[in-house]
Amino acid sequence: MADYPLTADKIKQEFKRAGIHFVVALPDRVTSHHLLKGLIADPDFKVVQVCKEDEGISICSGLYAAGHKSVFMMQYTGFLDSINAIRGVAVEGHFPVCMVVGLLGKEPDVAPTQSKKYGVKIIEPILDVMGIAHQLIERDADLPKIGQAIEKSFGGPAPSAILIGREPR
Amino acid sequence: MMKRDEMLKVFVRQRKDEIVVAVYMAAQEITHIQPNDLNYTFVGAMGQGSSHALGLALGRPDKKVVVFDGDGSLLMNLGSLVTIANQAPKNYIHCLCENGCYETNGSVPIPRVGELRFAELAKAAGYKKTYEISDLAEWERELPNILKQEGPVFVTLKVEAGETYPENFPRLYSVEHREKFRQALAKS
Repeated sequence: MADYPLTADKIKQEFKRAGIHFVVALPDRVTSHHLLKGLIADPDFKVVQVCKEDEGISICSGLYAAGHKSVFMMQYTGFLDSINAIRGVAVEGHFPVCMVVGLLGKEPDVAPTQSKKYGVKIIEPILDVMGIAHQLIERDADLPKIGQAIEKSFGGPAPSAILIGREPR
Repeated sequence: MMKRDEMLKVFVRQRKDEIVVAVYMAAQEITHIQPNDLNYTFVGAMGQGSSHALGLALGRPDKKVVVFDGDGSLLMNLGSLVTIANQAPKNYIHCLCENGCYETNGSVPIPRVGELRFAELAKAAGYKKTYEISDLAEWERELPNILKQEGPVFVTLKVEAGETYPENFPRLYSVEHREKFRQALAKS
């Protein structure tokens, strides 16, 4: 595992450093096995599993209104499915919903907009047109961007997206 | 069948320091009947009230959270019943204003109107206690028990439109009021 470029445990540490306790999640094939299961097993985190992604946008908003920081993990397909809640709640309501979005099927070290996978290719342009800041995480060297994105989101307050470009292990 | 505003007036007479999450027409009415900084109305997209309320309930387990949801709204977010039951917040009271229609969007009937038993859905999902109330006197009598009950609790309230209140949707979706709520809750 020493040469593998993205470490799940280090992502978890970044969440802890950023003051995240609540993780709202729907399983995403990119992050389920090594990251989400690790978060569920870690008593420092409270994982709230949802049945549909738009619920997660609103739960994170309620948590913010109650004074808590959270992140919301989902697959890019779930992001696409919950666009209206992201628009109506997170963007127009200025809620700091910090989305961790797995780009399932993205080719390693290929920019998302250059992916051959249509669903992956359209994610960053959609985020841009919605005015949502985004960061791509593909290697351990990218990990400081996680804390920066969370800080900026809650400082706004405004939604943001952390795009996970390969499976963390 | 209860007039919704009369049902809400009974509630506010017994309200102490509960957080109230209200959606659409119920929200419209409660902001007039009882203006209160702990009224949370910024649910943003249809069906999302129960999920905002869950975030609040998990974030503030010391406060009761009462959500006045709509039947059309809940149909758009039925999975939230399972999510809420799975988290089992003791401080969560889910009141469903069942009027049988999408009142905000032209009063078109909901699917399975009059046949669907929402309280049975909630019970099957795993809510600890459920009620079905269609009479104002019964609501007034049961409410103290409902507010004391360990959640999640689900209450179907059979309602119809009552008095008309001025529409002020910009107020319901005002970021400024949401921030006032946040500050009031932090002090509460």
